[in-house]
Amino acid sequence: MNRGKFLFLSLSLLLSSLTEVSAQTNGEGSQFLLNSLFVIAALVFFAIVIQVSDNLMAIEAKRIGADKDGNHFGLMPRFYELVGTKLPAYLKNEKVIISKKGFDIPLEGKAEAENLKVSVHRFAVNPANFKGISPIPKVVVEIGDSVKAGDPIFYDKSQPDFIFSSPVSGEIVEIKRGEKRAINEIVILADKTQQFKTFEKPDIATVSREELVKSLASSGLMTLFLQRPFNILPHLDVVPRDIFISTFDTAPLAPDLGYALKGQEIAFQAGCETLSKLTSGKVYLGLDGNGDADTASIFTGVTGVEKYYFRGKHPIGNVGVQIHHIKPISPEDKVWTINVQDVAIIGKFMLEGIVDQSRTLAITGAELKNTGYAKVPFGASISDLLHSEEVTGDHRIISGDVLSGTEVSKEGFVGFYDDQVTVVAEGKNYELFGWLLPLDMRPSVSKTFPGTLLGGVASAANTNNRGEKRAFVVTGEYDRLLPMDILPQQLFKAIVVNDVEKMENLGIHELVEEDVALCEFGCTSKQPLQSILRNGLDVIKAEG
Amino acid sequence: MKNSLLSFFLKIEPDKKKSPFLHTLYDGFFTFAFAPNHVTKGGVHVRDGMDLKRLMFHVVIALQLCYLFGTYNIGQQHFSALGMYEGFLEGFHLKIFYGLVQILPLFVVANVVGLGIEFFYAYKKGHGIEEGFLVSGALIPLVMPPALPLWILAISVAFAVIIGKEAFGGTGMNVLNIALLSRVFIFFAYPTTISGDDVWVAGLEKVDGVWTASYNFFVTGVLNPVFESFGWATYQNGMAVVDGYSGATPLSLAAKGGWEAVTARFTPEQMFWGNIPGSVGETHKLFVIMGAGLLLYLGIASWRIMISMVLGLVVTGILLNMWDATPAMNVPWYQHFTMGSFLFAMAFMATDPVTAAATDRGKLIYGFFIGAIGLVIRVLNPAYPEGWMLAILFMNVFAPLIDHFVVEGHISKRKSRLTKLANS
Repeated sequence: MNRGKFLFLSLSLLLSSLTEVSAQTNGEGSQFLLNSLFVIAALVFFAIVIQVSDNLMAIEAKRIGADKDGNHFGLMPRFYELVGTKLPAYLKNEKVIISKKGFDIPLEGKAEAENLKVSVHRFAVNPANFKGISPIPKVVVEIGDSVKAGDPIFYDKSQPDFIFSSPVSGEIVEIKRGEKRAINEIVILADKTQQFKTFEKPDIATVSREELVKSLASSGLMTLFLQRPFNILPHLDVVPRDIFISTFDTAPLAPDLGYALKGQEIAFQAGCETLSKLTSGKVYLGLDGNGDADTASIFTGVTGVEKYYFRGKHPIGNVGVQIHHIKPISPEDKVWTINVQDVAIIGKFMLEGIVDQSRTLAITGAELKNTGYAKVPFGASISDLLHSEEVTGDHRIISGDVLSGTEVSKEGFVGFYDDQVTVVAEGKNYELFGWLLPLDMRPSVSKTFPGTLLGGVASAANTNNRGEKRAFVVTGEYDRLLPMDILPQQLFKAIVVNDVEKMENLGIHELVEEDVALCEFGCTSKQPLQSILRNGLDVIKAEG
Repeated sequence: MKNSLLSFFLKIEPDKKKSPFLHTLYDGFFTFAFAPNHVTKGGVHVRDGMDLKRLMFHVVIALQLCYLFGTYNIGQQHFSALGMYEGFLEGFHLKIFYGLVQILPLFVVANVVGLGIEFFYAYKKGHGIEEGFLVSGALIPLVMPPALPLWILAISVAFAVIIGKEAFGGTGMNVLNIALLSRVFIFFAYPTTISGDDVWVAGLEKVDGVWTASYNFFVTGVLNPVFESFGWATYQNGMAVVDGYSGATPLSLAAKGGWEAVTARFTPEQMFWGNIPGSVGETHKLFVIMGAGLLLYLGIASWRIMISMVLGLVVTGILLNMWDATPAMNVPWYQHFTMGSFLFAMAFMATDPVTAAATDRGKLIYGFFIGAIGLVIRVLNPAYPEGWMLAILFMNVFAPLIDHFVVEGHISKRKSRLTKLANS
């Protein structure tokens, strides 16, 4: 049907251009003008005829009810029918948001769908992982203390009820301090068999919001929420407008969250119900609509939430991008986000009364012998996780993905919010004419690279900076990498010149670092966009 | 090989403190030969392989066909003025070498002066040498008349780089297109060398009221003996041009006598295939289109600017055709593509990302106005029948204003969406 329409359109276009060409060869000067006017008049006439019959057809289709299941009976093909692929069947009756912007960075080293055998003994809680609490928290344990999973480790001095609890049971073996007595890491040596502190289970059906928040804060589970704008820990008094969860991650080598949550459907459902108690608005679930068939089946069955499907490339899986399309944040709004695996942790707490702070991590990277998944508590030791791998100084270990993760040493620990560990090669080598004639494959947005031209050939990326920092030169490249109605380059320039009003007007409160990480990756001028954005957010936050 | 070259480079690195200028120079050449070993720090861990050097170099690649044909065409126009070697391959060596004798000094002077100033400012400001002049240096020889005196070129490039770029803060900060600024400097300071009918063909000199061929010592003293030794044709000093010859370009003919005057001298095919006098690199339309196509395909140049510029020309051209008050107005609008340097300006000048509008919508407006204003200047300005240089520079100045209004519009759209949301 669509092809037929397209054929008709192109035929009529061809015909009209032929008429025009013949007009050109005959005409000279004003004669030509007359001819072109005639052609235009003829085109207008045909356009009117077509438009009228088109409308008649649509009316007829409506009258007999043939257009109910989304079929389009107009003569003119709709724009998406020409350029876009047809939506697969499972998305027919769903809310679908499609974006053409973005870029999936093809990298080697995706996690195999298997569980790795790892045994992790050391865990750490790092106050620096938490943004928005007072600088030095009050630690309530000492070296040598033994704790259960769920026992308090420290609390925020500005909100003493806001507890940060231990992810495992074991012995506190080290409290690392940094400059000005800041606390870097509180290291726990885990017991062989884990013991959980038991809490009084709140009843989901009857509990009030106040009690629920109190119970979550005292068990350390409020730390799982992040509040936007600014991506900080929420204040306990704040009632969020809505809560948003993205159920898929499009970042390079990101874990398959459906795989990670397998078997936790009940806990996830309970978690979603709990979340809807916490907000005055709704709980929104962003689902992956990229597949031809429904792949996110764990999430499609969830009830009591608003579901939106997203089709597109990275960063469409970022919750910030999804918020922007579902219900954007104004500077006065406060919304919460939560990692999809953490919803199940809250659900488990509601069902069983224990705090099981563990996530399925994806162990990824082309430099590893074995990639895969491992379910471990938060803050696992990197050296324990990568025990069977040979990781040397020529490698970089990243807690998180290659775009917005944090570099950690082999002696370090996985970050509190991260569900991925990536190992990539350091790119400390000089390359002869490397900018012009690269010898190995490298990811790029630009079609000047054969790998991109051929449609995204995966490569083992390294950390070479691929050039030197320059002033902003190219325009429009960030727009293509940020699937939001925001002018990124203008925003970054406003941040650089510290124009607070313009930053707010251009929507800085809708962004966090991970949303602009892809822009930073693709930036020809190698600008540090994530840190520019954080500076801007800090300025806005300080302004109040 | 690579390692010995690298160790040689690393060995000769001058001391940064003792001789900062040498170090800047060294750094410029070293980073050209070797992609540096810097690794990412703090932000993303993996970076896109694209950098400014690569981007700029692809524009230079897109210009290569124009260089090739420009070199040939300098010789071709020279000999066709003398009534010799009219065919494409006749006297091919004479044409190519004559073209090289003209174009190489232009290229060398433009780049030595421009890069020299860039190096100096990089050293003064203590940053690395940036790539901005890579493209400007390749563009400048192509937009000049082939017989331009080199000292004028040197002054114009110096003016453009110092006043147009370094005064504003270097690469990425300039308001005006550098290549066009150097050209417009000549246009206002030394107008006789870049306008009129006598400057577009190289190697002709007026002796006793008659244009005759005149060659410099290199041509007669070096090239001629070499060609003689092969038994090839040589350059003949003092040949007079053919009777009734004029070096007028299609545009100056159109300004005086309209389309009839143009077709009396050139066929549209001839103008398309570039066998006409003009600036060095803009005459062959197919090669310019191929360069533009490459830039579009690789996503380097903005299709928005190109499309809207074509649209601006078409709309204005049709309107001027309808008005039809002067001879120049009766040139059919579609013939404006082949006359003059519209396509070259569209592909390589208007799309300069630094000086063009930065927003997507702004680019459409920016391109449209260039197309419209440029054609108005071309058709209505009696003194100088080509408009793209002035139109682009004019719109360069207005690009920030266009962007300002686009951004303001975006902001108010955001605001109204949020209020709508708050009320819902």
